[in-house]
Amino acid sequence: MTKSELIELIARKQPQFTQKDIELAVNQIIDAMVESMAANERIEIRGFGSFTLHHRRARMGRNPKTGEKVSLPAKRVPHFKPGKSLRERVDASKEHTDILE
Amino acid sequence: MALTKADIAQKLTDRLGFNKRESKEIVDQFYTEIIEVLVQGEFVKISGFGNFELKDKNPRPGRNPRTGEDVPIEARRVVTFKPSQKLRATVDNAQA
Repeated sequence: MTKSELIELIARKQPQFTQKDIELAVNQIIDAMVESMAANERIEIRGFGSFTLHHRRARMGRNPKTGEKVSLPAKRVPHFKPGKSLRERVDASKEHTDILE
Repeated sequence: MALTKADIAQKLTDRLGFNKRESKEIVDQFYTEIIEVLVQGEFVKISGFGNFELKDKNPRPGRNPRTGEDVPIEARRVVTFKPSQKLRATVDNAQA
C-alpha cells in the first residue's frame, strides 16, 4: 500500500474530512516525524512502535567491483522497533494470511 | 523528550488549524490503518519516509544467555522498517 492509498483509506473512514484535508494531515504527520529524527529526538507511538537513531562508526570499506579500499564516514541511520501490540498482532497474522508485499 | 502522538496532534492543530479532537482522531487513524494493513500481510510504502515490510522467520535453535539452557525460537512474522534514501540523507546531514 502506498501513501496515496493510505490517504484514501483514512479519508473513507473519516468522512467528516475532505481527502485534501487528510492528505495535508498525513504529510504533516510524516514531516513531524522526519523533523524529530533529524533533531535526534526519539519518537514513541504507543501500540505502534518507536523510532530512534543508530550510530554507525566510520570504517574502511571496499568497492565491491574494484576491490579498492574506501573510507566510509560515521553516520546516523533511522531505526524502528515495533511496539508490543504491533509485534504480537503481526506475528498472530501469519496463521491466516500470506505476505503480499 | 520523545515525540508522541499528542505532540504530533498538537502540530496538526498549530499548523493546519484542525481542532484538538480532530487532530487526535486523524493521528490515531493514521497509525491504526498502517497496523491494519500490515496485519493483512501487506507492506506499507510511504514515499519520502520509508517502507514497513514483513518477514517470515524460520524457527531456529536458541539459548537462554543467562542459564545456557537450549530454548527453541519458534517461527514468527516480524515487521521491519526500511528508511528511504531521502530520510537517511536528511537524518545523516542534520548531524553537526
